Amino acid sequence: MSGLKLSEENSMSFFEGTRNGFPIGLGYFAVSFSLGIAAHKAGLSPFQAFLSSLLCSASAGQYAAYTLIDAMSSYAQVAVMTLIANARYMLMSCAMSQRMSPKTGILHRLAMSFAITDELFAINISRPGYLDPYYCYGAVLTSVPLWAIGTLFGAIAGNVMPIRLVSALSVALYGMFLAVIIPPAKKSRVILSVILVSFASSFISSYAPMLSGISSGTRTIILTVTISALAALFFPVKNEQKEENT
Amino acid sequence: MQHNIYIYIAVMFLVTYAIRVIPTTLIRKQIKSRFIQSFLYYVPFVTLAVMTFPAIIESAQSPISGLLALAVGIIAAYFDAGLLKVSIACCSAVFIWELFLSLP
Repeated sequence: MSGLKLSEENSMSFFEGTRNGFPIGLGYFAVSFSLGIAAHKAGLSPFQAFLSSLLCSASAGQYAAYTLIDAMSSYAQVAVMTLIANARYMLMSCAMSQRMSPKTGILHRLAMSFAITDELFAINISRPGYLDPYYCYGAVLTSVPLWAIGTLFGAIAGNVMPIRLVSALSVALYGMFLAVIIPPAKKSRVILSVILVSFASSFISSYAPMLSGISSGTRTIILTVTISALAALFFPVKNEQKEENT
Repeated sequence: MQHNIYIYIAVMFLVTYAIRVIPTTLIRKQIKSRFIQSFLYYVPFVTLAVMTFPAIIESAQSPISGLLALAVGIIAAYFDAGLLKVSIACCSAVFIWELFLSLP
C-alpha cells in the first residue's frame, strides 16, 4: 500500500493523467450524447442515465443493457448481456494485471479497475514500465465525468431536439463501434471474415421468420458466444497477434 | 412483470465492475488456455459487429440514411479516423442526407 500520501512524483503523474484524459473526455462527451438518447428511449430518467454512465462507463455494454431494459427483460438477462458485451474489458484487465507492480496494493488495484475503457486502457498501457495508479486516476477524473454528463445531456435534450438532429446523432454510437472493429480488420483476414459473418448472421437472424421473435439482446448473446467460440476453435490466436491488436 | 430501473443499473454496475476488477486483483500469472485467450480476443469484434448491423439501418429515419451512415463509417474507420471523427462523419452523413430528403 505504498504511496497513499501524495508525493511530488505522484502528483506529477496525476496531472499528466488529467492532461491526457481530457481530450478523451471531449470525445466521450460527444459520443455519450447518443447513449443518453438510447437511455431515454429505454425509459430511464436523465438522472438514471447519468448514474449508469458514471458507474459503468461502457458504451457497448450500456447500450446493450438499455435495449434489454427497453424490452423489460429479466435482471439475469441484463447481467448476461452486460457480461458478454463487456468481455473485452476482462481481456484488458488481464493485460493490466501483467503490468502491475507487485507493490501495487489491493486498494489501488480496486480503484484502477473502476474505469477500464478502450481509450483509458490504451493510454495507461502505452506508458513504459509498471502502471502508475496516480496517472490512471488523473486520466479517469477528466474523462469519465464527461461521459456521464454527455449521457445526461442526451437524455434531457433527446426529447426536445428536432427529430432530424436526433436521427443524425443516434448513429454516433455505431460510428464509434465501427471505428473499433474496422482498423484491425485491415490487418487480419480472420477478423475481417469474423466481422462479415457477424454482420450476415445478425442480419439473417433479425429478419428470418423463426428467429426474429427472439429479443435483440438475446440474439446478440447467442451470436457472440457462437461465432467467437467457432473462431477461437478454427483460428486460435498466437500471442504476438494478440499483443498487436489490443 | 414490473422491474426497477435502479436494480437494473445496480446489475449493470456490479457485472461491469466484476469483469474489470477480478483479473487485476486475482490474476498474477499469464492465462494459459489458448482457447479462452482466443475466445476473449474475438468477442469484442463479434459483439460490436452484431450490434451495429442491421441496427444502424433502423436507427435513423430512413433505411437509406442508415446504410449511408454505415458506408461512411466503414470508409472513415478504414482510414483510421478515430472514434470521434468516425462518429461525426456518420452523423453528418445522415443529417445532410435527411436535409436533402427534407424529412421532418
